[in-house]
Amino acid sequence: MAGEVWAIAEQREGEFRKVTYEVVSEGRRIADKLGKKLFAVVLGKDIKDKSAELAHYGADKIIVAEDERLLHYTPDAYCSVLYQLVKADTPDIIIMGASTQGKDLAPRLAARLDVMMAQDCTKFEVEDGKLIAIRPIFTGKAYAKVVFENSIPNIVTARPNVMEIAEPDTSRKAEVVDASFSLDDSELKTKVVEVIKDESGKIDLTEADKIVSGGRGMKSAENFKILEELAEVIGAAVGASRAAVDAGWRPQTDQIGQTGKVVSPNLYIACGISGAIQHLAGMGTSKVIVAINKDPEAPIFQKADYGVVDDLFKVVPALTQAVKKYVKK
Amino acid sequence: MNIIALVKQVPDTETIIKIAPDKKSIVTEGIKWIINPYDEFGIEEAIRTKEKFGGQVTVIGLGPQRVTEALRTALAMGADKAIHINDPALEGSDSLTVAKALAAVIKGMEYDIIFTGQRGIDDDMWMVNIALAELLGIPHISLAIKIEFVNDHKTIRVHRPVEGQTVVVEADLPVLVTCQKGLNEPRYASLPGIMKAKKKPLEVKKLSDLGLDASQVGEAASKLKVLELSPPPERKPGKIIEGETPEQKAEELARLLHEEAKVI
Repeated sequence: MAGEVWAIAEQREGEFRKVTYEVVSEGRRIADKLGKKLFAVVLGKDIKDKSAELAHYGADKIIVAEDERLLHYTPDAYCSVLYQLVKADTPDIIIMGASTQGKDLAPRLAARLDVMMAQDCTKFEVEDGKLIAIRPIFTGKAYAKVVFENSIPNIVTARPNVMEIAEPDTSRKAEVVDASFSLDDSELKTKVVEVIKDESGKIDLTEADKIVSGGRGMKSAENFKILEELAEVIGAAVGASRAAVDAGWRPQTDQIGQTGKVVSPNLYIACGISGAIQHLAGMGTSKVIVAINKDPEAPIFQKADYGVVDDLFKVVPALTQAVKKYVKK
Repeated sequence: MNIIALVKQVPDTETIIKIAPDKKSIVTEGIKWIINPYDEFGIEEAIRTKEKFGGQVTVIGLGPQRVTEALRTALAMGADKAIHINDPALEGSDSLTVAKALAAVIKGMEYDIIFTGQRGIDDDMWMVNIALAELLGIPHISLAIKIEFVNDHKTIRVHRPVEGQTVVVEADLPVLVTCQKGLNEPRYASLPGIMKAKKKPLEVKKLSDLGLDASQVGEAASKLKVLELSPPPERKPGKIIEGETPEQKAEELARLLHEEAKVI
């Protein structure tokens, strides 16, 4: 078999990460437009049974590579296995999530295959039987529509939280097959020695459905407590602008912006954030943007769907109370 | 220790990006060029590593004439020598090709560790660095926020943040590391540093030095073609929420988020 669309799954601790369902769903849509089959490819350990459910999201076949050395992602092991599978079965298109894993794996695989890749795509189209990818550049200050030339397989990564996950069709079935590969320990040059989990329950910003974010207007680290309270009630993650991170109020991993994380939640509430161009670059594709700032001239109001020009220290706690009646239990 | 740091120039983050009339490139006139912010962490880490263990730092940059400025800044910060790959034939090359050009230079060098930024904030491709490691046949570790040398400096141990966790990874040298914000605070070039930099070696390499053919590089050879550039999607104009008190505005906002936006 050859010429399929392959969606590469991402697993952790026996579960598929949300981006897996996004790329299988999007892979299905692309495959349909091209009249191709969609294979889901899973690398991991003790994940074969779970893999069957990828059929519900559109996979025609599920290829599972299981090995102790694939339990934790390393570029060496994953690239080696995928390279072997690709050489054997020659897909036309490979799609994976633009998570930290995908952004790390796709370039190495592409280089090994001597092809290009399109990173962090926000939309896919098909024109004249070719895959077209649309991706942000300059951290979203512009968008590039790109197409591959002399570059099979086309390797693309999809920005997390953007591709719509299909309604699972539990009547769909697909063959689950064991991948044929070999892995030599001498190939494995990077080794995971420890995994340190973040505070439990903390949602990663790049995957959060809702984000409450604070900037210079928060004035102190302690004041972020009011954002955390709002976040708790609506089920949001808490982010920060560069100003808040540079002031030492929030960790670097919370920074949203051109030199921080790029996020795409359904709801982004910016509190005391002026909306500098570099911050907007990091959250401009949020579906609904709310700005709370006492400065009516703050540039953030240009991007916001809803703006409140008032004291955030009064508005945010009031909002926390006001939303309680709407939040589902 | 022989240390390499890669340097790229990108438009300053304040730049308002304007799309050129051909819709396939951006207007470069008037752009202020800076060292890619993530590369600064790489240059800084390279210099600190030299300060700790001895050796020398070579910075390498690929691009037009203006890139010499970036290389001189890196030399002023404390790097020892610079290599500038400068050939008009390379303009418009895709990331894979840039990696090949860099590999052509680096494979002839002695090196223990290569530092790069996690990505260029212009094309956001996150590819040249990792592709380079692949082409050199060395391991890579990306998104480093903490680097330690262990096992008698033969191995590095790197902390890298991924979603929801920090993973600690080890690899034997030689290795390529991509640097994430939080790894270090890059130093400013001192005046004595700037003066010394003028005398430090800066070697220029042309296409012929790379063993690559003109047909293999540049826009024509690119495996990823730009069909069109466009500005970011327009957002519908928003509304400022009215109310007598902050509490009233908050109530109205909550109501709109629930009933109109349907996000709560």
